[in-house]
Amino acid sequence: MDIFNSSQDSLVSVHNLTFSRGEKKIFDDISLEFERGKITAIMGPSGTGKTTLLKIIGGQLFPNRGNVIVNGRNVHNLKRDELYTLRRRMGMLFQSGALLTDMTVFDNVAYPLREHSHLPESMIRSLVLMKLEAVGLRGARDLMPNELSGGMARRVALARAIALDPMMIMYDEPFTGQDPISMGALVLLIKSLNTTLNLTSIIVSHDVHETAAIADYIYVLSEGKVVGQGTPQEIQQSSSEWVQQFMNGAADGPVHFHYPAKEYMDDLLHSEKPLFSRHRPSNDRTAKRRRYS
Amino acid sequence: MMDFFRYLGAGTRKSFTKLGRASYFLISILTGIGSVLVRPRLLLKQLHSVGVLSFLIITISGLFVGMVLGLQGFYILSRFGAEETLGVMVAASLVRELGPVVSALLFAGRAGSALTAEIGLMKATEQLSGMEMMAIDPIKRIVSPRFLAGFLSMPLLAALFSAVGIIGGQIVGSGLLGVDDGAYWSQMRANLDFQGDIINGIIKSVVFGFVTSWIALFEGYDAIPTAEGVSRATTRTVVNSAFSILGLDFILTALMFGDN
Amino acid sequence: MSHNNTQDTLVGLFVAAGIASLFFLALQVSNLSSFSHGNTYEVTARFSNSGGLKVKSAVSAAGVKIGSVKAITFDPKTYESVVVMDIDAQYKTLPDDSSASVFTAGLLGEQYVSLDGGGSSDYLKNGSKIEITNSALILEKALGQFLFKSAEEKKSTPDEKKSSGKK
Repeated sequence: MDIFNSSQDSLVSVHNLTFSRGEKKIFDDISLEFERGKITAIMGPSGTGKTTLLKIIGGQLFPNRGNVIVNGRNVHNLKRDELYTLRRRMGMLFQSGALLTDMTVFDNVAYPLREHSHLPESMIRSLVLMKLEAVGLRGARDLMPNELSGGMARRVALARAIALDPMMIMYDEPFTGQDPISMGALVLLIKSLNTTLNLTSIIVSHDVHETAAIADYIYVLSEGKVVGQGTPQEIQQSSSEWVQQFMNGAADGPVHFHYPAKEYMDDLLHSEKPLFSRHRPSNDRTAKRRRYS
Repeated sequence: MMDFFRYLGAGTRKSFTKLGRASYFLISILTGIGSVLVRPRLLLKQLHSVGVLSFLIITISGLFVGMVLGLQGFYILSRFGAEETLGVMVAASLVRELGPVVSALLFAGRAGSALTAEIGLMKATEQLSGMEMMAIDPIKRIVSPRFLAGFLSMPLLAALFSAVGIIGGQIVGSGLLGVDDGAYWSQMRANLDFQGDIINGIIKSVVFGFVTSWIALFEGYDAIPTAEGVSRATTRTVVNSAFSILGLDFILTALMFGDN
Repeated sequence: MSHNNTQDTLVGLFVAAGIASLFFLALQVSNLSSFSHGNTYEVTARFSNSGGLKVKSAVSAAGVKIGSVKAITFDPKTYESVVVMDIDAQYKTLPDDSSASVFTAGLLGEQYVSLDGGGSSDYLKNGSKIEITNSALILEKALGQFLFKSAEEKKSTPDEKKSSGKK
């Protein structure tokens, strides 16, 4: 049924998705397509809910409206068992790596294999070493996660994500907090994994240049809407102010540097504790607004 | 004034919501226990961190509590010339009350807080989320084994506490203060009932183990995934466990020993 | 793997220590071992007053515990207390004319039933009734009687008292 709703060459389609957290609308009726075998990037400033989008695609969060089709199946209508079966074929790379801290690197990569396959231990060993070799960390197999640098942890997590030979991988901010060398290594790795394993990749990132270098298609999100989409070249040449601001890193533009607040002068003159109050940006302000409303 | 009632109302509603979440969580833990039994190694590992690592604090505390009971009991009983019943006093107070209650309080402080912090940190570092995305249910693999380990360890720890305490009382009573050794044991044996005292004490500790593990795991799982959130959740575990243990102890005591 | 082995050993030790403590509590601390539940026979006795006797109070003969009280009920027709006792089956040669008395162990101790053997050659068996009973000594009653008696004595023999006082 669902299969006919999405175009044949999309692995993941997001239709008219709306998601709010409390009062705030994170996504407002957005539709996205992720083509098979391609690297699609979702870009946008921090706080636009890019990670939330990945969690919705993975079925960890439920949208208020709209649906998500992965490989022809509506993620949020699946029964729990079906969802878990689907997730075996969806890899996700968390920003922190999310390695299990009480296991060695080897056991971390072996973990999904041991849980989901009934392979003999010798076979698991060869598979794990293959995956670790692919990310260049075969030598680090006996280390514990706390002995790894951030970049190494992310590569181990990548090895774990491809352990079950998924059809797709979702990368959550893969380039954040990396030194230039490991950043370069990761960019190459993502690109080569995508071609050699014939994966479909979804990258969520705000690192413009690295992402533009490997993505086949880019969506730019802002304030819950898609403000621009196209190939990296199209995006670069986009006439949209939003997209230009984001791609060029301008401090102010359509996307405001300031969190929404009432008039600055008003706030200064009528604040309750003008001199002694500690500077507590967002909390304080929302609390005050609630009281006044 | 209106603000106060509004605050009260919101607070009440919040705690009911939390209780609802906790109950739902408990049901998922209990349904996950089946899969723990298939993987005894997971349970064994948790028995180690929950039970074995609490062993020392429980035995040492038990010994000292028993010795203090022996000392205090002796001073009071000797006023009435009833030093022979020291054994009864020490054993009854340990087996009925202090064993289950004090060991559960220590357990909440030693193992419960560690469980909350561990689960909370796993949540904060996206490990639980990561497992879910690997199609591995973190309740089954992470939470249920810990729950079962806590639930099984508690009666063993309480029994250990009482046993060591009774020996501590004997060391002080007959070793230092000169109560007749035979009287210590025989009076104890004549006056403590297996069904009424020992079994009821064990039932208490089973209940406490259940509740403490539940609270600790839920607070961890429900923690706000930040450093502050986890630290608050850990505090809540200790405080809520202590309240629950003492409150339940009163109810259980009234039910068990009421008609005697 | 060696790490896992030590862990296993420690868990094993912990569980063993816990279970040993449970056994210790069951056998050494409580009355579970002193009296087997399985093989007992039941004997009934009627007392005009069973005092502070309770269920599970001891039944002894010549100071040795041979059983326990199973139930105590009040018979509204005869105004008597009906005490049912479980006697350990190994003591099956108690004469059927034995007498049962309620005694107190020490001044402040628990009350218990004491059986004193008679001379009959028939023995008590399951369901037997003990005919000869001595009720509990109620301390208040006994004290009251003692005071009353000594007051009477004082009244009736004032001379003796005086003479003894002179001595």
